[in-house]
Amino acid sequence: MSRGAIHGWLLLLPAFALLALFTYWPVIGTVWDSVHATARGGKPAPFVGLENYQVMVADEVFWKSLWNNLWYALGTIPISIALAIVMALWVNSAMRGRTWLRMAFFTPTILPMIAVGNIWLFFYTPQYGLLEQVLLPLGFASRNWLGSPDTALACVTVVAIWKEAGFFMIFYLAALQSIPPSLGEAAAIEGASRAYYFRRVVFPLLMPTTLFVLVNAVINAVRLVDHIFVMTRGGPNNATSLLLFHVYQVGFNFWDTGYAAALTLVLLVVLAVVAIGQFVFLDRKVHYQ
Amino acid sequence: MSGPSSRRALLQPSLPRQSLSRGSGTQFLETLAAWILGFLWILPLLYAFWTAFHPPEFSTRFEIMAPLTLENFRRAWEAAPFARYFLNSFMLVTMVLAAQLVLCTLAGYAFARFDFPGKEVAFLLVLVQLMIMPDVLIVENYRTMGHLGILDTIPAIGLPYMASAFGIFLLRQTFKTVPRELDEAARVEGASALQVLWKVYVPLARPVYLAYGLVSVSYHWNNFLWPLIVTNSVTSRPVTVGLQVFSAGDQGIDWSVITAATVMTSAPLLVAFLLFQRQFVQSFMRAGIR
Repeated sequence: MSRGAIHGWLLLLPAFALLALFTYWPVIGTVWDSVHATARGGKPAPFVGLENYQVMVADEVFWKSLWNNLWYALGTIPISIALAIVMALWVNSAMRGRTWLRMAFFTPTILPMIAVGNIWLFFYTPQYGLLEQVLLPLGFASRNWLGSPDTALACVTVVAIWKEAGFFMIFYLAALQSIPPSLGEAAAIEGASRAYYFRRVVFPLLMPTTLFVLVNAVINAVRLVDHIFVMTRGGPNNATSLLLFHVYQVGFNFWDTGYAAALTLVLLVVLAVVAIGQFVFLDRKVHYQ
Repeated sequence: MSGPSSRRALLQPSLPRQSLSRGSGTQFLETLAAWILGFLWILPLLYAFWTAFHPPEFSTRFEIMAPLTLENFRRAWEAAPFARYFLNSFMLVTMVLAAQLVLCTLAGYAFARFDFPGKEVAFLLVLVQLMIMPDVLIVENYRTMGHLGILDTIPAIGLPYMASAFGIFLLRQTFKTVPRELDEAARVEGASALQVLWKVYVPLARPVYLAYGLVSVSYHWNNFLWPLIVTNSVTSRPVTVGLQVFSAGDQGIDWSVITAATVMTSAPLLVAFLLFQRQFVQSFMRAGIR
């Protein structure tokens, strides 16, 4: 090996040591643990084959969490991306107060989700929470927003949208600012309407950003569960249990490591599918070169 | 009216950019919609501030003349060891950022400017962590920390995040834009590879370091799930976990104190954000584009 090669690997070594210990090894460990029972009483865990997966198939909470997570993703991803585009267009225009608007939209991004959960919990409180204070005088019946299985998931989804839209707005803002103004001027000369200009010029130019944001939004739909801990703890009746929250409960409330590993593997498969999808659909040159 | 000359006039850059057709009525409605949305977006924070700075009897009554108070903050501060939690969070974000800067600089440099067998594969392996973040590997990482004997310590919270794929990727992209001539000139003068990195590459990447630093600090100040799992005592809990332990108490919900604690927890980042708003937004932009 040349000196350059040795230097190259030496420079990589510290980062790779940590990646190996806290990313690659855990992935292998997840697969390994998922086919073993949970070790009890200091004895090594016996091999159980697919037993953990049979438990999973029969686990109603797992299926409930999977569906919840799907609805959570379908709720947050399109709405937060659409809102992000609208916000970015507004903030990027000559609108009055756009600095103030940018700040208002972006602020949720830097607030801790766990703190935000407390505030929203207060919002949704029956009778005297802010939502009820607005709705009751308008003649709506009082309801327990987070306490009822019909509305709880929608409530936590709204919080995630609120948290994410401003974050995604930033990426769209950057993309909009890289579009040459001469395009808009040319469209104006040709008499194009704003809607037409957006649909035929701006939106296609935003496509790489949309794909990038989409991947991030999917990852966040898996990852963003902090507010569940303060707002509902997965209830009522598992109506707001998401996959990662279920992993936490199985792994750290019931201490069933084997089954928690099998559940983690489901998450890893979802993320791998997203990764492969990104690899196939994205022009790699745009983002990685 | 002569067509070409008026067109040329339109193309003058001094003309207002907002030249696409849109009536003043629609413009008014759009501004109104934007402001309403902006108000809704900031409302939770306004609500938290209102409740935190007013006596409990005004926590759900909005009267302009309600007296202001800091009593809620005093009660929150005394009800839990927040001073210690803040110290822990501060140590955590400092430790993580310092380690990330060193590790990602070295690795980014290797990927940007060295040729070695297996480089492509190694880079793909790094990118794996962009998808499979430590946040989802909680079960196995908890076990590893147990084997290492460092459960319930601040390093245990930070370790899984220190080799950051995002940081390596970001710095690789930045280092690639440095002209090779600068690199070679330094080498001709006898500088070693590490000296070149320190003298040429690092200074040129300063804005990227700032951007990455802001993103990293806000991420780790706000992180919750992994710290919740791996910590178990006052001496290692960061503020986010401290806040959760505090607000999940059984003594009945005292909104005034909880919102005061919530405002307190978010305050450092919020103040930093208000002071450095432009840098914050640009940092997140810069971090996202590459």
